[in-house]
Amino acid sequence: MKLALKELRRRPGRFATATVILTLIAILLMFLGGLLDGLIASSTGAIRAQNADAIVYSDTAQASFVRSRIDPELRAQVEGVDGVTEVGGIGNVQLGARVPGNGPRDLASVALFGYELAPDGVPDAPAYGQAWADESIKADGVEEGMVIEVGPARTPIAIIGFVKDTNFNGQSSLWASPDTWRDTLSANRPDAQLGPDVFQALIVRGDGDDLPDTIDAATGGATDSYTVDEAVNAIPGVTEQQGTFNQIIGVTVAIALVVIGLFFALLTVERTSLYGVLKALGARSSTIFAGLVAQAVVVTAIAALIAGTLVVLLDLLLPPGSIPLLITPSRIILSVVLLLVAAVLGCSFSLRRVLRIDPASAIGTTS
Amino acid sequence: MTTAPAAVSTALQLTDVRKVYTMGDGSDVVALDHATLTLGSDEIVALVGPSGSGKTTLCSIAGGILSATEGTIVVGGEDISGHNAKELTKFRQDKVGFVFQSVNLVPFLNARENLLVVDELGKRTGAPARARADQLLEELGLADRAKNLPSQLSGGQRQRVAIGRALMNDPALVLFDEPTSALDTKLGEQVMELIQGEMKSRGIAAIVVTHDERITHYCDRSVHIVDGRLEA
Repeated sequence: MKLALKELRRRPGRFATATVILTLIAILLMFLGGLLDGLIASSTGAIRAQNADAIVYSDTAQASFVRSRIDPELRAQVEGVDGVTEVGGIGNVQLGARVPGNGPRDLASVALFGYELAPDGVPDAPAYGQAWADESIKADGVEEGMVIEVGPARTPIAIIGFVKDTNFNGQSSLWASPDTWRDTLSANRPDAQLGPDVFQALIVRGDGDDLPDTIDAATGGATDSYTVDEAVNAIPGVTEQQGTFNQIIGVTVAIALVVIGLFFALLTVERTSLYGVLKALGARSSTIFAGLVAQAVVVTAIAALIAGTLVVLLDLLLPPGSIPLLITPSRIILSVVLLLVAAVLGCSFSLRRVLRIDPASAIGTTS
Repeated sequence: MTTAPAAVSTALQLTDVRKVYTMGDGSDVVALDHATLTLGSDEIVALVGPSGSGKTTLCSIAGGILSATEGTIVVGGEDISGHNAKELTKFRQDKVGFVFQSVNLVPFLNARENLLVVDELGKRTGAPARARADQLLEELGLADRAKNLPSQLSGGQRQRVAIGRALMNDPALVLFDEPTSALDTKLGEQVMELIQGEMKSRGIAAIVVTHDERITHYCDRSVHIVDGRLEA
C-alpha cells in the first residue's frame, strides 16, 4: 500500500485524467443531490415546519389543501379525541402577487397560509392584512414593510417580517391570520371560498403512539390524518421528484463505478509485468490489490474534495432564489460515501486480473 | 545429471525434478525432465541452453515461483517441494533473490527505495532494512546514486541496483536471468565481474541463466540444458 501511495505522489500526472473525470462526476452528483434537496425543501418547508403530532385532511383530500374541507363539526370531533391537546385550523391559497417596483407581468408566486397554531420559526398570526413572508420572496424584490397585491383581486398584504425554510410547492409562503387567508381566498378564488370557521386542514398536537390513526378511527373515516413526515411525502409530486432524481443519481454513481473500474483495469493491464516482478519478490496478491484500492480511494477522495469545494462555491455565488439548490453537509458526505463505495467496487473488477498475474512471468521475459 | 564438487553445504538441491504441462488438447509437454542439480553454498553455475530448453522453468522452480510436478527441491536447507502458494511467497521473501532479464526496477522509486521494496513486501524490519540498503548501495558503488530514479541511472547502475535488491533479504540463492543480454560486451563483462565478486565475497550461490557462452568463464561451472534435460 505504501508503494501505491508513493506512486500517487511521484506520478500524479498518471492519475490526472481519472481525477478530472471523477471530479466532474462528483460535481454532477452533488449538484443533482443539491437540486433534489432544494426542490424538496422548497416544496415541503411549510409542512416540515409544523409542530404537529398529526395533520388532518378530509377523507377524500389525498393530502391536498385545495381538495380538503374541515368544518366546525368535524373539528369538534377531532378535538374530542383522547390524547388530543391542541387543534389549530390551517388553510392555503396559491396565487401570483404584484410587487411594487416590478412590472405588471412580473408576478411573485406565493402560497398564502392562514393559521391558528404557529409553525416552528413562525411567530403567532399577525393582524388582519399582514403576513410573515418566507425570505425566498426577497429574490422577487420584496422588502419588509412593503405591501404586495395578491391574486387577480389585488388583495393587499403587508409584509411585516421574514421567516426561513417554509416554502410550499416551490412558492414563497406568506403566513397570515385565518381571516386574512379566508378573505383572500374568497376574493381571488370564488369557486373555492369557504364559510366562516371552515378550514382546509387541522394541525393537531397531543399524546399517543398513533394519533393520526386514532383520529381517523374516531371520526369514522371522515378524516385522513398523517404524521408530519407522512404529510411531507404525501404532498403531490414529492415522491415522484425524489424517485426521478434518485434514479439519475444512481445512474451517475454507476457511471463513476464504471469509470473507476475501467481506469484501474487498464492500469492493471499496463502494470502486469511490474506486478509479476513484485510477486516474484514476495508480494501477495492481497497487497497488490490493497494498493490499487488505496489509489482508487485517494483519487476519488481528492476528486470529491475538489467537487465539494466547487459546489459550495457555486452555491454561494448563485443569487438566492435563482435555482432551487440546497447544498448541505449531509448531501456532500452522502455523495462522497457513494463515490468511495463506487471506487472500491470499481476496483474489484481488477481483482481477478491481479490474482491471475503469474510471478513466473517475470522470468524469461524482456519486459 | 550434475553435482557440485565437494561442497561443504548446499544452497540448492534439485533431485529428479520434472515439470509437465498439460496442453489444451490433453497432451503433455515435458519442460523439465528428471533434473538433478546441486549447488554449493557459494557456487556460481551458468545455466546454458537454447530458447525453450527449460532454463526458465528450472529457474522458476528453484526460485519457488513455479511448483514441480515431481521431485525434490531444497533451497538453503528448506524443502519447498510440497509448499503451497502462500508458503512459496514467504519462501521467496526470505530465501531467494532475483535479477530479471530487463532489470525491472520499480520506475517511480529511487535506487534506495527499490532495495527497500523487498523489506516492505516481506519482513518489514524498518531501520535494519534501511541500514542494509545503505550498506549494499555503498558496497555496490551507488551511495551517491541512492536518491536517483531508475530513469536517471545508466544501464550498469540499474543492473547494480537490481543486484542490491536481490541481496536485500540475505538469500541462500540468487537467480540471474540473462543478466547481460541488454548490455554491450564490455558492460556485460563488468556486470559479470561484479556478480562474481559479490556472490563470492558474500558466500551466496547463484544460477546465471544465459545463452552467451562467453560469460560462462565467470562462473564456477556450466550446466547445459537441452529439451528439459541437464547435461554437465
